[in-house]
Amino acid sequence: MWLTNSSIGRKVVMSVTGIALILFLTFHLVMNLVAIFSTEAYNLICEFLGANWYALVATMGLAALFITHIVYAFWLTAQNRKARGNERYAVVERRETVKWTSQNMLVLGIIVLLGLGLHLFNFWYNMQFQEIVGNHEVLLGGQNYAVHDGAGFIAYTFSNPIYAILYIVWLIALWFHLTHGFWSAIQSIGWSNDLWINRWKVVSNIFSTVVVAGFILVVVWFYIASL
Amino acid sequence: MDKNISFTLKVWRQKGPKAKGSFETFQMKDIHQSISLLEMLDILNERIINEGKEPIVFDHDCREGICGMCSLYVNGHPHGPGVRATTCQIYMRRFNDGETITIEPWRSAGFPVIRDLMVDRSSYDKIIQAGGYVSVNTGAPQDANAILIPKDIAEKSMDAASCIGCGSCVAACKNGSAMLFVSAKISQLNLLPQGKVEAARRAKAMVSKMDELGFGNCTNTRACEAECPKGISISNIARMNREFISAKLKD
Repeated sequence: MWLTNSSIGRKVVMSVTGIALILFLTFHLVMNLVAIFSTEAYNLICEFLGANWYALVATMGLAALFITHIVYAFWLTAQNRKARGNERYAVVERRETVKWTSQNMLVLGIIVLLGLGLHLFNFWYNMQFQEIVGNHEVLLGGQNYAVHDGAGFIAYTFSNPIYAILYIVWLIALWFHLTHGFWSAIQSIGWSNDLWINRWKVVSNIFSTVVVAGFILVVVWFYIASL
Repeated sequence: MDKNISFTLKVWRQKGPKAKGSFETFQMKDIHQSISLLEMLDILNERIINEGKEPIVFDHDCREGICGMCSLYVNGHPHGPGVRATTCQIYMRRFNDGETITIEPWRSAGFPVIRDLMVDRSSYDKIIQAGGYVSVNTGAPQDANAILIPKDIAEKSMDAASCIGCGSCVAACKNGSAMLFVSAKISQLNLLPQGKVEAARRAKAMVSKMDELGFGNCTNTRACEAECPKGISISNIARMNREFISAKLKD
């Protein structure tokens, strides 16, 4: 199977799962921005994406994407370290065109993954998971929240400045990860040339900035609202 | 103006492929900046030979930047601090008085050290043997205008063909990936009508040989492109991936 035993095939898997996750992020952002305009509308979306069969199938698909992307990341890194050999250079200097992010995607990815763990604990565990096990309400900070009350969970989480800061750090790591990941995915599947590489880089930067700024806006909005 | 400089030289010494290597330090005195880095090593080797010791082994041949033999990792860069220059094209005026110059061999599992600064790059030859050619029956040469090739295609092919196969892309890559070299060798042929016939077979054969020889996976850091003495573009990598993926999808 060329997707596992050829280097380009493995990169194709990395690229395709990466692009799918970028599309998911876009969808997630649109959903979050709704919470700023109307908490009722946001809670309707949360109800729609609760423990229904279609939402569960989509969640499983999403989990499969994440797991594939992460497993391949570690696998590729292990192979690459082996290919580098046992001796390391004593002196290494980076040229200006070589971006720091591009050489630290695994580290950034691990930060993103840790943030994701926190995020699942803050939201998914209180919402879809509680609904799956049959609970309708969750007790948080001495107050009961309905499992569909997404806006309530957002307000509760980001009223805590520590969570707000952790989420912003997480999102900044995501920004770095995306600025390289987006154009790199396109390059790996071969949709690039001397002209388009620069266009894709600009698109990556703009897209990552819009997405991350949007997420941060929601965090800051609800933190300020809690003051 | 060029002047005489004195500096500390740290050179990687290793007795053989299996032996454990280490740095040996030399004090260089009054080296004129107008000589090349390799000539400086020649001067040092002469001194070492006169002392009755083993000279430093390093690869070199044409000393004019076209053969691709020289392969020194100088001060953190393959082929030294210069841009679009091979090791032999680096002159001592690049360095300052009192500086420490560190010289290492290419470090990659695909290029094992033979001795000191010389590495075994025969893996590149094996990749070429896997498909880096056009299988045609030789005979009387046909008229040069019989096959028309657009100017931009001819130029792209020529740019790819400027790869001298020195291995600095692998040396620069944190993943020890040979994608820049392989993609240049595939592109120079696949772009032209004469090479198109075998394009899919060539891409598959050369990529699979590259993987078999233990080179790493490309993560698009662009270090190869930045360090390439011939300025080969990573657009060649995109072209190779396109060809490889479409060939695999057709299978």
